Amino acid sequence: MLYREAGDFKTSYAADQQTFPLKLDRWFVWGVLAFAFLVVPFFINDYWEKSVLLPFLVWSMAALGLNILTGYCGQLSLGTGGFMAVGAYASYKLMVAFPELNMFVVVITSGLITAMVGIGFGLPSLRIKGFYLAVATLAAQFFLVWLFNKVPWFYNYSASGQISAPERTVFGVAVTGAAAPSWATYLFCLVLVVVFAYVARNLTRGRLGRSWMAIRDMDIAAEIIGVSPLKAKLSAFAISSFYIGMSGAMLFAVYLGSAEPTEAFGIDKSFLVLFMVIVGGLGSILGSFLGAAFLILFPVLMKNIMVGGFGWPADLAAHLELVFIGGLIMLFLVVEPHGLAQFWRITKEKLRLWPFPH
Amino acid sequence: MKLKTLTAAVVAAGLLVTSVPALADLNFPMLSYRTGAYGANGAQFADGYADYFTLLNERDGGIGGVKAVTPECETGYKTDKGVECYESTKGDGALVYQPLSTGITYQLIPKVTQDNIPMHTMGYGRTSAANGKVFSNVFNYPANYWDAASVIVKHLSDVEKGDLKGKKITLVYHNSAYGKEPIRTLEELSKKHGFELKLLPVDHPGQEQKSQWLQIRRERPDFVIMYGWGVMNQVAIKEAANIRFPMENFVGVWWSGSENDVIPAGEGANGYKAVTFHGVGADYPIFKDIAKHVKDAGKAAGDGSNIGKVLYNRGMYAALLAAEAAATAQKMHDTKDITSAQMRDGMENLKIDEARMTELGLPGFGPEINVTCENHGGPGLAAIQQWDAKAEQWKLITEFVESDREIIDALIAEDSAAYAKENKIEDQDCSKG
Repeated sequence: MLYREAGDFKTSYAADQQTFPLKLDRWFVWGVLAFAFLVVPFFINDYWEKSVLLPFLVWSMAALGLNILTGYCGQLSLGTGGFMAVGAYASYKLMVAFPELNMFVVVITSGLITAMVGIGFGLPSLRIKGFYLAVATLAAQFFLVWLFNKVPWFYNYSASGQISAPERTVFGVAVTGAAAPSWATYLFCLVLVVVFAYVARNLTRGRLGRSWMAIRDMDIAAEIIGVSPLKAKLSAFAISSFYIGMSGAMLFAVYLGSAEPTEAFGIDKSFLVLFMVIVGGLGSILGSFLGAAFLILFPVLMKNIMVGGFGWPADLAAHLELVFIGGLIMLFLVVEPHGLAQFWRITKEKLRLWPFPH
Repeated sequence: MKLKTLTAAVVAAGLLVTSVPALADLNFPMLSYRTGAYGANGAQFADGYADYFTLLNERDGGIGGVKAVTPECETGYKTDKGVECYESTKGDGALVYQPLSTGITYQLIPKVTQDNIPMHTMGYGRTSAANGKVFSNVFNYPANYWDAASVIVKHLSDVEKGDLKGKKITLVYHNSAYGKEPIRTLEELSKKHGFELKLLPVDHPGQEQKSQWLQIRRERPDFVIMYGWGVMNQVAIKEAANIRFPMENFVGVWWSGSENDVIPAGEGANGYKAVTFHGVGADYPIFKDIAKHVKDAGKAAGDGSNIGKVLYNRGMYAALLAAEAAATAQKMHDTKDITSAQMRDGMENLKIDEARMTELGLPGFGPEINVTCENHGGPGLAAIQQWDAKAEQWKLITEFVESDREIIDALIAEDSAAYAKENKIEDQDCSKG
């Protein structure tokens, strides 16, 4: 009743194959985008920017990237933190070397550099699968972090090994550095995430995405019907790393402003993104956003309720937060193993029948 | 996508619930950490910090008659949490930030400068922030990492009767911005004194150091210097005891010199040394007041068992310096409710002499401090303390001595100039006095 596809007729193939074929979905997405682009920038303040919206957007981008690799192509990766570090250091070197470069160019170029590194570390996936591949990508994680800590060229020989983002602009407006206005950094990340989420959505519906899913579901069968595992796997690694590299660049340059490799891009970050993808829903673009929201926004909400609302001690709240998040992850996986995205699919089914379930 | 909006709505509701302290209070936010690998150390510092303000509120009715509040925000020593804590507390009239983390400090330096809130990184953070001309809002008096490195080398040189030529010194350090800070100073010092420097990084959190200490056992350096924090310290001291490294040749920075670090190694830690920039123990008159007004009144931040310990004293000292600076600011601007910009002025004109320290109940606890617009780094005096495992006590074994200004001032000028150039900062005008 509330959500229905009946009566939504199409008269051309183009209309039938658009990104969101249902009118209701389309309106909803346009509504959310209009709100995000036209309303939020006018009300955003530093707190909402730095604690809620930027982390959500940055980690959504990372989750999108990993979802392409793990969710769509079925290649388990634990190297996300390392690839994010590649994006961050690439953007740092670009920002320092070419101060007048537009930040969009910097972030996208950092993504491309990460894509190349990703292809390199994707090569083992041609021979090994599953857990063994996870171990190989784990090596990428440790190697890359070690590299950025060890070779002073990457951090321009600074005394402490920290990299700090200088002020850089987009069309004359600062988006990095402390003086960047909240609305600018927010819109900068939002544009990137929206554009590339749209690209990801369509990639996964197209020929490339179908070849990934064929490899994921049964690689031998896929090979027999003519899908090249080499092309499919390496393209998945490249595109996934491209997204993750961009998120790393945004994390460092726009959100944090400075970073050191062991702390900002450690193994825990790889797991964090993997959990986002699993909790949100493997093989779902919406799931990437839901997973990121769950693991990034929920702790902030809990903290605000426990410390701000109830006035509990900060350390007690920090411990309880871990307990609750852990408990909720287990609950979700038991109740709905396919993630939050599947939860939404079921909700749609229910809404379709409501109020006459039978 | 409905869930997303729903989550957003709930988040919005949650954020609105945040309580706002009364504006009339002096707000000293605490970016503390009582959880994680560094929680044991962070908790003691936080207790000392909070207890001192409680003492002022209970005994003197606040600072200049205005109560102080210390809203706490748990960072877990994580930089992204530190940013969140900063953003969530700065709107409530925060006067000064003391994040107790070098990583968070680096993150906050541009932000506090932009928002014109001062930050005090006592004995940590970015060392070159001592140059007040470049770092207008960052203070690191009374001493910094490079002072520590220099005073340690000075002490080792005294032990060797003034000659370190050909000696081997190994630096065991936390592989982060914090641990890397002293490397450049030690390299300069090794050139000057002619000792051989070897670097051994330990990755966060430092629970596994077998390979590093195996290397030390093989190479037998004459001295080991440690820049560690949290769990790393205990493990290093235990490992050193296991390989029977002579403890009196093992010297830690002030963050590697608390009771937490040596007690787990038991007798083995006897003789371990650490540098410090303030006095040790609970034999100061102020502790009577703390016992009376804070602990016995049931208002202590922790369970009261940490009172008088090294990190507790340091947290208390940090609070004392902040409170003195706030009082200075009140006098300078002739107002009780100071703003963060006025607090900054107060810190820049802070003067504490021995008479004032005695008045505060801490005679001989810290050096005389005279902060100026150019020098945000203080005198840079430090002493060596040694652990007595039987008595479970730290004891000062040297006087407070000055660091090697010649080397350190040059390094500070060089590093701060690089920062100013990278970020296009113009020197603060210090001629106005």
